[in-house]
Amino acid sequence: MNIGIIVFPGSNCDRDVRWATEGCLGIPTSFLWHETTDLNSYDAIVIPGGFSYGDYLRCGAIARFAPVLNSLISFVDKGGKVLGICNGFQILTELGLLHGALTRNKNLHFICDRANLSIESTKSSWMKNYKKHDSISLPIAHGEGRYQCSNDILKKLQDDDSIALRYAHNPNGSINDIAGITNKKGNVLGMMPHPERACDDALGNIDGKSILSTLLS
Amino acid sequence: MSLFKARVFVHLRPSVLDPAGEATRSATKRLGIDGVTQLRIGKSIELEIEAANQEEARSKIELMSDRLLANPVIEDWSLEFKDEQKTLIN
Repeated sequence: MNIGIIVFPGSNCDRDVRWATEGCLGIPTSFLWHETTDLNSYDAIVIPGGFSYGDYLRCGAIARFAPVLNSLISFVDKGGKVLGICNGFQILTELGLLHGALTRNKNLHFICDRANLSIESTKSSWMKNYKKHDSISLPIAHGEGRYQCSNDILKKLQDDDSIALRYAHNPNGSINDIAGITNKKGNVLGMMPHPERACDDALGNIDGKSILSTLLS
Repeated sequence: MSLFKARVFVHLRPSVLDPAGEATRSATKRLGIDGVTQLRIGKSIELEIEAANQEEARSKIELMSDRLLANPVIEDWSLEFKDEQKTLIN
């Protein structure tokens, strides 16, 4: 069992994710350069945070054309699990694997903080260790994390039980307090908070371990 | 083939909050200009494109705008051609 972390020029949370999955959880993890197209030997893929291709034009707009992401679409179609964190979430929305878009924080600040979150859906295996409305705390660090979608899409997300995480105190103006969503099938999760920064006892918070440990389930 | 010059304007949809535009609007008051009731920030993308005719250039730019330059979830775009046009000799 093996996890792949996609690395773009400008990714900067790739090593943090590897420390969390391999160092803290003991799961074999490799880096995948964005020009790779072969994902056959991986059981789950993480798209890490950062500023892929400098986030020129829009966050994730250029990354979505990376060769590895064509392969990722087939990987997802076959039921493979994909976690997009922060910039990874932005890329998954640009790619169309998740609904909506991430826009500039309402207060225009880059927010670096801890956020209290509520588990809003337990339909996917990502949240299998939680009950609905359980509370967790995870670090957030983003300038463009305000989740936006049309009312029709919001209703669809609600009907499909695809809203995975909500902020207890909305930091960025996201519609419906949304912090993370899944696709309809539940094998793709995108979230702005950083679970990989909350896996090591030395950091004083290990609330991120549960979500990352479900990459292989 | 001809070379067409065009400009694509990308702007946030009216329903999407533009906090940067709001912050800029508030600065207009500090400058001493009253009466700015709305200010929204977009992007202007200037490009030159080779095509057999303007229709072909338009359809290429439309595809590019829908798929790359703008995100239709949050943005609209519009296109204008500049008059200047060069004929390329191959």
